[in-house]
Amino acid sequence: MEIIMSVAIGFLFMAAVYLMLSKSLIRIIIGTGLLSHGAHLLLLTMGGLGGNSPPVVAHGVSVSDYADPLPQALILTAIVISFAVTSFFLVLAYRSYQELGTDNMNLLRGTEDYE
Amino acid sequence: MSNLLLFPIIIPLFFAAILMMFPKNVKLQRVLAVVGAGAALLSALVLLAKVNTDGVQAVTLGSWPAPFGISMVSDPLSALLVVTASILVLLVIFYSIPTIGLRREQSYYYPAVLFLMVGVNGAFTTGDIFNLFVFVEVLLMASYTLIVHGGEKPQLRESIKYLLVNIISSALFVAAVAFLYSVTGTLNMADLAVKIPQIEETGILTVIAVMFLVVFGFKAAIFPLYFWLPGSYYAPPIPILALFGALLTKVGVYAIMRTYTLFFTMNVGFTHELLGIIAILTIFAGCVGALAYFDVKKIIIYNIIIAVGVILFGVAQLNQPGIDGSIMYLIHDMMIKAALFFLVGIIAVLFGTTDLRKMGGLIKTYPVLGWVYLLTAFGLAGIPPLSGFPGKLLIIQGGFEGPQFWGSIVVLATSLIVLLSSVRIFVYAFWGQPVETVPLKKSTFNQMFIPTVILVAMTVVFGVGAELFMPLISGAGEVLLNPSIYIDAVLKE
Repeated sequence: MEIIMSVAIGFLFMAAVYLMLSKSLIRIIIGTGLLSHGAHLLLLTMGGLGGNSPPVVAHGVSVSDYADPLPQALILTAIVISFAVTSFFLVLAYRSYQELGTDNMNLLRGTEDYE
Repeated sequence: MSNLLLFPIIIPLFFAAILMMFPKNVKLQRVLAVVGAGAALLSALVLLAKVNTDGVQAVTLGSWPAPFGISMVSDPLSALLVVTASILVLLVIFYSIPTIGLRREQSYYYPAVLFLMVGVNGAFTTGDIFNLFVFVEVLLMASYTLIVHGGEKPQLRESIKYLLVNIISSALFVAAVAFLYSVTGTLNMADLAVKIPQIEETGILTVIAVMFLVVFGFKAAIFPLYFWLPGSYYAPPIPILALFGALLTKVGVYAIMRTYTLFFTMNVGFTHELLGIIAILTIFAGCVGALAYFDVKKIIIYNIIIAVGVILFGVAQLNQPGIDGSIMYLIHDMMIKAALFFLVGIIAVLFGTTDLRKMGGLIKTYPVLGWVYLLTAFGLAGIPPLSGFPGKLLIIQGGFEGPQFWGSIVVLATSLIVLLSSVRIFVYAFWGQPVETVPLKKSTFNQMFIPTVILVAMTVVFGVGAELFMPLISGAGEVLLNPSIYIDAVLKE
């Protein structure tokens, strides 16, 4: 299972890098989304996949054999943050498109004010 | 167990939340922003006094036992940095009132500054590596708002790049945390400091250490990763630039300092030598930029990068003078960079441009401004007895005692370049043929100049009275060099 997860994570990172290297702003934003998804899955995998262990301590489940809850808490936090940042990025991209009239990163180079 | 160390984080959060209710009432915005930052500063000073008398303070949220709950730890280093950051935020708010403009003040400028303060103080205080990520995101979110605040074209263009670089570094941060968690099974910094020396496989830990160096290096703008900084910092107006230059990169520097002294010490021969080499390369890269431009903002921005290199070179030595020196230089640099940006802001307003070649002769009309600038420039370069000197002296001493004596020579030599780059502004702007200046009301000038003078006066006191501050600094250095003090304070609650 860990192997499959690792391949999936690697594919997500690869796709993210490919998208982020393109010129169109919207592709870059999708790339950042994939990148954070990859990072979250990595967090899940690295925390140890629980298998059949119960997720909560209930009647008849001792503390030693339930699944580690920390990775889930970390991922939840990271998802919320990446959601907020992605939505901010989308708004920023839309506003810059309105103001600057382009979403092509090649035209957004900034060295015109001085030599 | 003391909740005192949470106040510098909670007070600005509270005030920022209140300020978001009525963005249009500018008078009340200004008053409450000053009150909020002032109250946070007051609590930070009380905290520093308590840490100084009672030792390291720690609190674990929700009263969970230490390695399980999120620990907040205030050792002398973090208390000192929280105090410095709070002073700077307060002065930046004073400086913003005449300069930032009514339109920005009415669009949530002060709440964003206070949220930035929440993130910075939190990042300095936290004792948990994932919580550090969260606080860094808090301050980044506030910085995204500030860098694009006002929506001018260069700001929009540069903030896209700033945002993208920081999203990538955040994703790497999460990945690095994941690796660290899988190897050690804990994220509490004190607990990490206990567990990491017990792990025999140092290879994988070295990889993780370098990953964290990359993550924090993006924030701190170290050698290959500083490329985003000059462009992005150039875009926003001066008060925001001062806030960024003084605080944001320093959070990255602090994080490197903390992790590389507390727990990534299993393979010092590789990681710290790498850090030292990167620090020296950072200094070179900054020097090239500082001399290459004729733009006052750019020159000071590249000086940020030089200072980051100098501080990290001290950290890389991992001996007592090196660490003490880097703490001292870190605090000095936070204050002097804010002061320089304030002064450069006044000069840019007076001439209506940031291009040095269109300036000249200001010494005839504004002599006091000229001498204050010269004093600050000397402080930046570390001319004794001003504030850059004691820190740099200790860092160089640390380098000569450590394995990288050649680095000390570079630090010494590049001090001259720093002096040249900052005095060049003095020569171009204050000497030469007087150039027509933009008329500025006396009261507006004073409103900008008084916070600047206060800040410069503080740097002078910090330099001349270095002996007074030395017990505090060496107390902070002692905790960094003996992780057991930090561990005991957190785990023996």
